[in-house]
Amino acid sequence: MELILNPWPWYVSGPLIALVMALLLYFGKNFGVSSNLRTMCAIGGAGKYSNFFKMNWRDYSWNLVVVLGAIIGGFIAVQFLSNDSGTNLSSTTISELEALGFSNAGQTLLPNELFNMDAVLSLKGLSLLIIGGLLVGFGTRYAGGCTSGHAITGLSSLQRPSLIAVIGFFIGGLVMANFLFPIIF
Amino acid sequence: MKFLKYLLVGIVFGIVLVKSEAVSWYRIYEMFRFQSFHMYGIIGTAIASGIIFLQLSKRSHLKSLNGAEIFVPKKERGFTRYIVGGTIFGFGWALIGACPGPMYVLLGTGIYSMLIAIAAAIIGTFIYGVLKDKLPH
Repeated sequence: MELILNPWPWYVSGPLIALVMALLLYFGKNFGVSSNLRTMCAIGGAGKYSNFFKMNWRDYSWNLVVVLGAIIGGFIAVQFLSNDSGTNLSSTTISELEALGFSNAGQTLLPNELFNMDAVLSLKGLSLLIIGGLLVGFGTRYAGGCTSGHAITGLSSLQRPSLIAVIGFFIGGLVMANFLFPIIF
Repeated sequence: MKFLKYLLVGIVFGIVLVKSEAVSWYRIYEMFRFQSFHMYGIIGTAIASGIIFLQLSKRSHLKSLNGAEIFVPKKERGFTRYIVGGTIFGFGWALIGACPGPMYVLLGTGIYSMLIAIAAAIIGTFIYGVLKDKLPH
């Protein structure tokens, strides 16, 4: 039981993520979570503004069900399958984050400084969540996929466009975490 | 009933992302600072297992439930959209520490502030759809 309640090692988690991809392919679908954002635009009537959203969203409703499952899975994992072990971060990371203004790094699932109610109600916290979400939503569709579609499915099927996209993911992420974080935080 | 299998796969996905700590903002930061192998291990073993599965299914002509052979759609050829779109995505991924999957999983764990990021991501996708024909691809 302890094995399940503790965080799972990477060599267990990685193959399980591949299993999710394999199951969806076996069902005749595809592993690409960000597609649901487009589907939601279509449901919301975005087809009036762009042909990009003129699609029969019912054909994609299965992806919304996967997302609903992911929400339920997140709930089950924290409520029934976790203990209070926290995240075992490297000591360098913890002290670096401390210097950036994030206290007790790893003791909560996410930093309170960005995600708790006080943060959400502050102009800076709210702006960061909105800007981050906009960048993810715009970038993923521009690149034609996110971590699941490009990094996992695309690289597993040895596709060059996905390799270029993943290189892009890392250029953006490295610049943000290494050069912009000290300015933002 | 036909949706039940998708719901179950989603549940497995959500549980794995939490238990692997791939939903952790801290882990994403650590990855982009090269301070831990953890995320590289997850992504690396996921891709390695994925390659093995796809190669084996190709060789054994494994069929999906709808009777056709297992098939991964080919991404269009191109460069600009992948490198530029990917970089924009990377900025957001590091900033909020979550890509589209984890955003929903985190909502389920009780991080309700993720609703704001999800709404913004939907708007970001909408903005792309409106600007699509004006952007270099």
